[in-house]
Amino acid sequence: MTDEALQSDDALSTPATHASLVDEKIVLAYFVAALTFISISMLGGFLMAAQLLRHNPLNGIEIFSPGRWRMLHTNAIAYGFLANGFLGLLHWVIPRLTLRPVLDRRLSWLIFAAWQVVVLATAVGILLGQAQGLEWGETPTWIDPLAQLGLLLVAINFMTPIIRVKGPMYVTLWYFLAAFVWTFLTYAMGNFVPEYFVSGTAAGAVGGLFIHDLVGLFVTPLGWGLMYYFVPILLKKPIWSHGLSLVGFWGLAFFYPLNGIHHFLYTPIPMFLQYGAIISTIAVELVVTTVVINFFGTIWGRGREVLTNLPIRYFYTGMVFYFLTCLQCAMQTTLTFQALIHFTDWVVGHAHLVMFGVFSMWIFGMMTYLIPLILKRDWYSNKLCEYHYWLSAAGLAVMAADLILGGLFQGWSWSSLQPWDRSIDVSFPFWMIRIWAGLSMFGGLVVFLYNFYMTWRSEPEPAMDVAVVPA
Amino acid sequence: MFESKSGILLVAGLAFFGFAFLSNAAVPYLMYRNIPEQTAEELVNGNVRFQFEDLSRRYPESFVKAYGDPPADPEAGADWWNQNVADSLREGRDIYVGEGCWHCHSQFVRPVSNEDKRWGPVSASWEYQNELQRPVLFGTRRIGPDLSREGGRRSNDWHAVHLFKPEMTSTKSPMPEYPWLFDGAPDKPNRRGLALITYVQWLGSWLESYPDYENYQPAPFEKPAEDSESEDE
Repeated sequence: MTDEALQSDDALSTPATHASLVDEKIVLAYFVAALTFISISMLGGFLMAAQLLRHNPLNGIEIFSPGRWRMLHTNAIAYGFLANGFLGLLHWVIPRLTLRPVLDRRLSWLIFAAWQVVVLATAVGILLGQAQGLEWGETPTWIDPLAQLGLLLVAINFMTPIIRVKGPMYVTLWYFLAAFVWTFLTYAMGNFVPEYFVSGTAAGAVGGLFIHDLVGLFVTPLGWGLMYYFVPILLKKPIWSHGLSLVGFWGLAFFYPLNGIHHFLYTPIPMFLQYGAIISTIAVELVVTTVVINFFGTIWGRGREVLTNLPIRYFYTGMVFYFLTCLQCAMQTTLTFQALIHFTDWVVGHAHLVMFGVFSMWIFGMMTYLIPLILKRDWYSNKLCEYHYWLSAAGLAVMAADLILGGLFQGWSWSSLQPWDRSIDVSFPFWMIRIWAGLSMFGGLVVFLYNFYMTWRSEPEPAMDVAVVPA
Repeated sequence: MFESKSGILLVAGLAFFGFAFLSNAAVPYLMYRNIPEQTAEELVNGNVRFQFEDLSRRYPESFVKAYGDPPADPEAGADWWNQNVADSLREGRDIYVGEGCWHCHSQFVRPVSNEDKRWGPVSASWEYQNELQRPVLFGTRRIGPDLSREGGRRSNDWHAVHLFKPEMTSTKSPMPEYPWLFDGAPDKPNRRGLALITYVQWLGSWLESYPDYENYQPAPFEKPAEDSESEDE
């Protein structure tokens, strides 16, 4: 590209309008897709929870097998809800931050369609019993190349406006830029290396790296990047410390990928590698603490916003859960804890704490903020938005606490060499509480969907327009 | 570097990722590169052959329907049996993965928490160095027990009934039913059912401790009286 083309591309020469930057329809389309898949995912979780209580209404039907729906549950959250939610939000944030539209709007819609094909094909493949034996990577092997191509197109479409920005970049764009590279590499590593190139214990190390990087290098940087964007906008004040932002980003970039093996402690993977993963995990907790301090420094003196501003409350609730998750992680990754809690519901509680308590809550918060702006009308009911928050937050808190505690009892039951059935008896009350907590979370989602639908049906208010503020 | 595009793309994006891949994935690969990876054919052993032939005796109609008649000639017969066992191991493993068995049953006996007392020898690296562990099935959660030493502990009949309706053998088991692995009755496993049972009976069949029974109690058997010399010792 010539210099002239670059200059004519420079959006600052002609004032950018919101409409010229953001394709609101695609943001909305991604939100609808995301909410569809989280609904399916939660139904899958409910089916598995009911099976554990031996009250599965669909017992013995092949296509409703709880084992298959459990995989659908996790994959629909990762690729159907979080990925769709993030992609929609990126279509809002990146053009507004860079003051440049994405590379091509038609490409955006092509990616949207392709990604829904990937997620639906994953769901169908899993339900037909063709899953791949890799956690979070159960996507049948014949879909993997398409997903990989989709991720490449996503990176090209979004990185173009970021690369064209001259001068220093805002924190959010550091995270996004790195996340596009990481996500592409992580998906390739996890889905192809242990399937075709290595086997056995070494494949276990790659698998651990994959599940960990998927959370740490795809979900986490996109999530925090969005927080660095939305929190200052909603609070109308800058991030507290630029230095801490730097520490947070580079600390995450260095230490997070080194953690993978902590998923398989006490396996035949060499012990010195396990120690390395444990130490890096504890280092991540220190990094996370600096990030959380930075955000609480930002809201310092404006604490009342948590009461009055619902999206801010979602964000900061997620941050508290994030801190708790990482604190828990730094403890549970030690060999002392692992001996007891590995393979128990403790880990399941931990996974819900981070995937729902942090990232889903953040996406809900951003949706609560953006949907009125996109539809140009207020929420049908602010009270229902509050219900959504409280049912989700309370349900998640109960579920996480319940499963973490239940995991301890399971671990003690196993190590004391009681008959295996005893560990099921011990788990039963915890599983009973878990299904009610899950129903609370699902209830929150239903309330949100109803509120969304009623808002969409109501008349738009022409006065509500979105202004572009140069970042 | 810390805020520039090239720094973020090259150092954080590529270099740090590459460093982690080298240290966390390439190192274990290089350390274990001398343990040969076995094919399913190489994994067939006398124990799993016994179980597979046992299936043919217990469910002759279902077996012939799934695999055809075994050749009468014993020379050709050995190859026929071994090849069908290998195919069943591959198919059984695919079903084990596709049904999500491995999300509730680990295949990895840890050196802690008394696991070797419950299940047998602690898992070693060479046990995973085969094509059926692509990707490796360490597991992620135990609702049911670990299965890496399950083979030979229970009969094929037990497994058939258990897969058909788990609570018939394990009261209060939260395991789902898998009637689609059968033609309507637990004594009529279809090809998928036979393959899965073969796969589960293979787990741990490479160990000297096979078969190892969970509730093994020596029978009340008194040694015949021996001469007094050996008694003194």
